[in-house]
Amino acid sequence: MNARVAVWIVNGLLAGLAFVSLFPLVWMVSVSLMQPGAASTLPTPILPASPTLANYRTLFGSIGMGTYFFNSLLIALLATLISVTFNVMAGYAFAKLQFRGRDAVFKTLLGALVIPGQVAMLPLFLMLKPLGLVNTYAGALVPLLASVFGIFLVRQFARGIPDDLLEAARIDGASEFRIFTAVIVPLLKPVLATLAIFAFLGSWNDFMWPLIVLTGDPLHTLPVALAGLSREHVQDNELMMAGSVVTVLPVLIVFLVLQRHYMAGLMAGSVKG
Amino acid sequence: MKRRQVGWVFAGPALLVIAVFFALPVAAGLALSLTDFDLYALADLSTLRFVGLDNYLRLLQTPLFWQALFNTFYFVAVGVPVSIGLSLVAALLLDSKLARFHSFFRTAMFAPVVTTVVAVAVIWRYLLHTRYGLINQALDALGISAIDWLGNPYWSMPAIILFAAWKNFGYNMIILLAALQAIPRDLYEAARVDGAGTFARLRHITLPMLTPTLVMVGILSVSGYFQLFAEPYVMTQGGPLRSTVSALYFMYEEGFRWWNLGNASAVAFLLFVVIFAATWVLTRFDRDRGEGSST
Repeated sequence: MNARVAVWIVNGLLAGLAFVSLFPLVWMVSVSLMQPGAASTLPTPILPASPTLANYRTLFGSIGMGTYFFNSLLIALLATLISVTFNVMAGYAFAKLQFRGRDAVFKTLLGALVIPGQVAMLPLFLMLKPLGLVNTYAGALVPLLASVFGIFLVRQFARGIPDDLLEAARIDGASEFRIFTAVIVPLLKPVLATLAIFAFLGSWNDFMWPLIVLTGDPLHTLPVALAGLSREHVQDNELMMAGSVVTVLPVLIVFLVLQRHYMAGLMAGSVKG
Repeated sequence: MKRRQVGWVFAGPALLVIAVFFALPVAAGLALSLTDFDLYALADLSTLRFVGLDNYLRLLQTPLFWQALFNTFYFVAVGVPVSIGLSLVAALLLDSKLARFHSFFRTAMFAPVVTTVVAVAVIWRYLLHTRYGLINQALDALGISAIDWLGNPYWSMPAIILFAAWKNFGYNMIILLAALQAIPRDLYEAARVDGAGTFARLRHITLPMLTPTLVMVGILSVSGYFQLFAEPYVMTQGGPLRSTVSALYFMYEEGFRWWNLGNASAVAFLLFVVIFAATWVLTRFDRDRGEGSST
């Protein structure tokens, strides 16, 4: 095969796949800027004839998207903060500290990975109900507070820390807590970033559990609110696209800025099959 | 603080959270699936009765449960190969020496993975619109008449599969790309010297070297695709004619629409058993293949 033709084919196919991947996202932004009703004309417009922010005004005005945005952000930030802390502590313990039952507990954790999270959802809902945690931020947060995957990731990374470093600090009289904050955490910085971005995206994009536990409208997160709106406003496509933009844009930006850390986590998680 | 206990102190918070909010509910769920927990029990626990395996037996006689199971299998059996096939093509293209703008293409194809399912499902619902959808307009330009993607029970599942493949292929693409880059270049050089063409090298070097990764990616995808829920919830609400009711969608409706929580819990466990069996079969397949090739 002619080398120049091959270059064109490979790059042409890549460009085609990239176009298909990005087009719906770009078009979403475009439609969100169209006049209400403008997207339901033939031929369907690609670009807005007269761009407007009217849909965003409706969204943040009468629909109250600001509240949903705040709910999503609050839950995602708290989930990130708490789960990173818990996972790093546990991952470090499983990698570097000797305690009775350590390996058995870790094996059990890995074994639990085969159980899909949805199996726990119905009983968890019933458990949280008498505790008054249904329809609260705390209820939405509960399953996000720690993850086996996160612990596993930290453990893999922390195993590379030389024991001499810990011993030296112990001989200097540093407390275990001080060793953790002053020696371990700085060394684990790259994996912290990875954990944080996974936790944030996981919480932001989560749908089924918030749908179940956040029974009242004022506490809905963006995906739950958007799913509800899309069932009510089937005809208001421009408005729905604006809602999608508000939901998707933050995660896309987080991903683009922290892409390197995200990919690192993805690879680390898949190494052990 | 004693050295021996420090580990438990550090691991404690995470383990406590997982034990209380995951392990305990899973165990409770198994118990729940053996009861007739319903709306009355929700109000007054004393009406709760132990019914043994009745929920399971009744489910096996419920046509909608079988329909949901069939729909889910359909989604997995077609969706996983389509998604991974796309991932493989994209990874091979990116791995090619001829590819330009590497990081741009990689990021572009990965972007859908990080997006929120609900939000992009809203976009796709409109892209698939019979009259105003751009997909039908593109097909029209090719001379194919309009397809009622989300309104025709024959097309609803293919439409959701199309959407899922678009959303997910970038993830496995990255994993496969890393596996491709780990294949020693000498192998290709040696084959080239022996006169092997592009496709012979693909067939006899790349694919065999990639098989373990493909199996791993397949297992993860199968277990993920069995958990289909948000896509039909937003795009079709299980319709038309129940053609996109997935196992989890059925569980959600049983549990939170009809409040048959005992029954819904049985659905959850049956789904778990199905996922476990399917992934176990795939693991066995990998092991047998591994033993076969090493002798």
